[in-house]
Amino acid sequence: MTVQFRSLEVGQEIGSATIPITRQDLVKYAGASGDFNPIHWNQAFAMSVGLPGVIAHGMFTMGAAVQLVSDWTGDPGAVVDYQTRFTKLVIVEDTTAEPAAAGAVVEVRGVIGAINSEEKTARVDLTVMYGGQKVLVKAQAVVKLP
Amino acid sequence: MTINPELQGRSYPAGDSFTVGREAIRDFARAVKAGNRAHYDVEAAQALGHRDLVAPPTFAIIVAQRADAQLIADPSAGIDFTRVVHADQRFIHHRPIVAGDELVAELHVDQVRAMGGGAMITTRAEIFTVDGERTATTTSSLLVRGEEQ
Repeated sequence: MTVQFRSLEVGQEIGSATIPITRQDLVKYAGASGDFNPIHWNQAFAMSVGLPGVIAHGMFTMGAAVQLVSDWTGDPGAVVDYQTRFTKLVIVEDTTAEPAAAGAVVEVRGVIGAINSEEKTARVDLTVMYGGQKVLVKAQAVVKLP
Repeated sequence: MTINPELQGRSYPAGDSFTVGREAIRDFARAVKAGNRAHYDVEAAQALGHRDLVAPPTFAIIVAQRADAQLIADPSAGIDFTRVVHADQRFIHHRPIVAGDELVAELHVDQVRAMGGGAMITTRAEIFTVDGERTATTTSSLLVRGEEQ
């Protein structure tokens, strides 16, 4: 692992990431997770239930955002607790005409919010933004480090 | 449809087991854009002390949502699947999930609260190996929108 517990301080930034999302990504996530709700891949269905368009699975955004933490610790198994509330929709535009373009872009930043010396754990607070608004609220990952 | 208020406190026993395969871990890792080698390469995972490929932190959602599906499909619960919105989610890992694990999930309905014309339902899945080793506890809240929401 690249990160040692004793090197950590509250307020320390662990880094940031930009996650481009296409509708193909949502189809891949549907297949890998088993969540085939059509609001995540079918525009007509999404609109018929009152949504503005195809939206990303909340679990896609949650799952993609924590990679910043896995990359930082070097061991994805170090994440012992991870939680969030889902507050805003991530609307993923149709980019069929421009396959290289992203249908949505999510920005992730991580800061150490708390340290527990007895447990040798640190809480990383993630800020996850889309279109200038927070899409995940109280997104916190607790990591156990050597 | 209305939510059955007597759901609170109900449990659903573990159903069929879920065998965690290496390709399922690789596919899920690619799907959440996870680049760590420990999701793809057995030697890289073992170098970190894991028995086999390690699952991404949210992989347990596959097992948890299968358990939730029992509740949603239960006609006595009164949940209209098309009106369900995922409100929050938590994963507590007692140990990382690795390829080769054979998992089962026991579902508990911890809370049912009326919200406008709908309801907020909080469920907890206790995930064990078939040998009884505790691996993860997941909790999720599902908002079932009322007819006018």
